[in-house]
Amino acid sequence: MPTAILRQGEYLVASIQSDLSDTEVLALRDELADWIGRNRARGVIVDVRALDVIDSFVARSLRSIAIIARLRGAHTVVVGIQPDVAIAMVQFKLNLIPLRATLDLDEALALLDRLTRGDGGDER
Amino acid sequence: MSDELCLPVRSDADMVPARAHARELANHLGFSRTDATLIATAVSEIARNIVMHVGHGELSMQSIHEERRCGLRVVARDAGPGIPDVGTALESGFASRGGMGLGLPGARRLMDDFAIDSELGRGTTVTMTKWRRFDDLELLRERRRRG
Repeated sequence: MPTAILRQGEYLVASIQSDLSDTEVLALRDELADWIGRNRARGVIVDVRALDVIDSFVARSLRSIAIIARLRGAHTVVVGIQPDVAIAMVQFKLNLIPLRATLDLDEALALLDRLTRGDGGDER
Repeated sequence: MSDELCLPVRSDADMVPARAHARELANHLGFSRTDATLIATAVSEIARNIVMHVGHGELSMQSIHEERRCGLRVVARDAGPGIPDVGTALESGFASRGGMGLGLPGARRLMDDFAIDSELGRGTTVTMTKWRRFDDLELLRERRRRG
């Protein structure tokens, strides 16, 4: 499995280990949707530090994960988008809302703590 | 011209090595990390275009050496149905067969030169190039080499 999913308290941490094929990206999306329900997770962290390409399909899939998680009662934070990957991502004019991102795992956990306590100013 | 690399594109799994090879060749040609990422992303988009719309085709990548600059040229060929209206296909948001209409226009924005040659019933060839201008030291070396 190119992505390791771990449970940390009320949160799930999905660490992508290497570049993923489209099929593997979709498998991750489906697996997370399933894990959220089974673990009653309130938050999902997707660590994308290992991805040195995030094209329109992966960007759209990350957004889908965030929307699906929201429908399953969890917030999603993407961690570790590399600077040049971010530069490439803006070329796609893709609407990434409601995707949230932080630079590292600690910030992601802090953001999820705020969001799940309901004072994070979400619901846009 | 040298360093030509040809890769078959038959499924989404072939896109993973295609991205890696594009980055490797870009690094080899001295492109910045950012440009290498932009090239690898564009390659990913046009490879997916083949997988989604035609099913199979091929990608070739080659380096181009000129007097004042070098380039990485990517050619994606398929023998599919062709694109009826290339202009429309390049508009952001134009999607067919379940796509999002981001692939081709996105790839075009990531590269410097971009051209689509499509013939109905014959297939489509996408040719795209990213250029890197030589710095002063490289220009000097190139001038010496050329005599």
